[in-house]
Amino acid sequence: MRWLWLILLWALPAQAQESIVADLSQSRVAITTTFTGSEILIFGAVKRDAPVISPDPLEAVITVAGPSAPVTVRKKARVAGIWINTAEVEVDAAPSFYAVKSTGPLYDVISYTEDLRHGISKDQAIRLVGFGSAIADPVEFREALVRIREAEGSYLRLESGVSLTEEALFRASVGLPANLVEGEYTVRIFLTRGREVVSTFETGIEVHKVGLERFLYNLAHNQPFIYGLMSLAIAIAAGWLASAAFRLLRR
Amino acid sequence: MQIYLPIAEVSVNAFLLLGLGGMVGVLSGMFGVGGGFLMTPLLFFIGIPPAVAVATEANQIVASSFSGVLAHVRRKSVDFRMGTVLLIGGLVGAALGVVLFNYLKSMGQVDLLVKLCYVVFLGVVGGLMFIESLNAIRKSRKAAVKPVRRKHGLVHALPFKMRFRVSGLYISVIPPLLVGLAVGILAAIMGVGGGFIMVPAMIYLLGMPTKVVVGTSLFQIIFVTAFTTMLHATTNFTVDVVLAVLLLVGGVIGAQIGTQIGARMKAEQLRILLAAMVLLVCGKLAFDLLVMPSELFSLGAAGGH
Repeated sequence: MRWLWLILLWALPAQAQESIVADLSQSRVAITTTFTGSEILIFGAVKRDAPVISPDPLEAVITVAGPSAPVTVRKKARVAGIWINTAEVEVDAAPSFYAVKSTGPLYDVISYTEDLRHGISKDQAIRLVGFGSAIADPVEFREALVRIREAEGSYLRLESGVSLTEEALFRASVGLPANLVEGEYTVRIFLTRGREVVSTFETGIEVHKVGLERFLYNLAHNQPFIYGLMSLAIAIAAGWLASAAFRLLRR
Repeated sequence: MQIYLPIAEVSVNAFLLLGLGGMVGVLSGMFGVGGGFLMTPLLFFIGIPPAVAVATEANQIVASSFSGVLAHVRRKSVDFRMGTVLLIGGLVGAALGVVLFNYLKSMGQVDLLVKLCYVVFLGVVGGLMFIESLNAIRKSRKAAVKPVRRKHGLVHALPFKMRFRVSGLYISVIPPLLVGLAVGILAAIMGVGGGFIMVPAMIYLLGMPTKVVVGTSLFQIIFVTAFTTMLHATTNFTVDVVLAVLLLVGGVIGAQIGTQIGARMKAEQLRILLAAMVLLVCGKLAFDLLVMPSELFSLGAAGGH
């Protein structure tokens, strides 16, 4: 078998010369009651079978994407003096979180076609379908989605967020915000030379509510009736206890 | 101390919530109102999703009214018969309100509906209260209070009369049913108990004596908001019990302090202050609707569940 591998390697000299060995500081994020966000460190090295001689320097792009879900984007307009939602566009899938970090300006590191192929920039990650013919400018809605999510810290772009040392070691840290959605987060690493992708690596981060958060969320969605009764009972008991305690304190 | 709310899915400062609860509690203790009409807009301002704010506020009102009604039951200032009639109207109204709420939510107009309701009702109630208490202050300066004569209006001409012994009334059940219905709809849409609408309606429309009005309205509010909480919990999954408890603990303590402050002030002064506060909240919400927002776009979950 080994000779077959050798032939294959010999036959494909340009590819598989550089590969990625990477890991994350944590592959699980637990949302607890005191969760305030989490910093994930993505680090790794470039593995080479032989020295690579190339005129183009090695660059890297790292993306972290949260679970995708459809989103309705609405636009307000003035009707009879007040501002109300008049137009809406259903975005088929938009990640709840998206971070793009690179060693330099994104389109200096990667070409537009490679971006399209791998879906690296935010605009590629957001799918826009299903808007009616009444909408004159659907792109405006996608831009608004990105703008709003950027303002709340869910979409990040940092053009110097990845540091690459000696074309061998790379690292980037991504801050996950406090308003995190549960699910599987995908981390992708791309190595590029001359704006062409030479190697990719993909791994995941699991984000889950744990403990009390998990219990309450599950109960609220699976047994809403019991959850409702429980909320009422807890609230009444808490209110009564607080007033009783306060009365005791005043005495 | 940051705390992650499991249903709202946002992280907020626990002391901020306790403080908000306490502040609204002080005001509600001072003026004898539930404070839902202040709390819900404040929750919008700190970034709680409107649907969660409305549903959770309903849950909180149940609890804060519960300790209030116990005190009134002990003082025998609850008209259970009138309360039950108001309640029947209220339950129907709450069901209608939640249906309307969910329908408009799917159309993306729920924020507008909630805010418009606030502007209209706060404006009307605040304005009337302001004028009325100004007149009262002017009259008290002129001294000599004229005796108030019981009016026999439309309320006495309608059929299905019923005797309400505690209130000392013999009137048709239709007006209280309608008052209950209106308050139920408001409770579901605005996330308020509706005391600020019901109390004036009971005094001026139904002619109930002032001493039983607060206890009776609290009695009705408990059941209507409990029903609303259950409806929101089972159809929208938007009741956040952690948020409710935090607001409540602050609110109950604040209410005790507020009652002490309120006892030292004159009734007319209190009412004019309350009216000013109601008009202030109304003005802020109206301003937001009329002025061009800095972000024309907003995001919402698509298609519902």
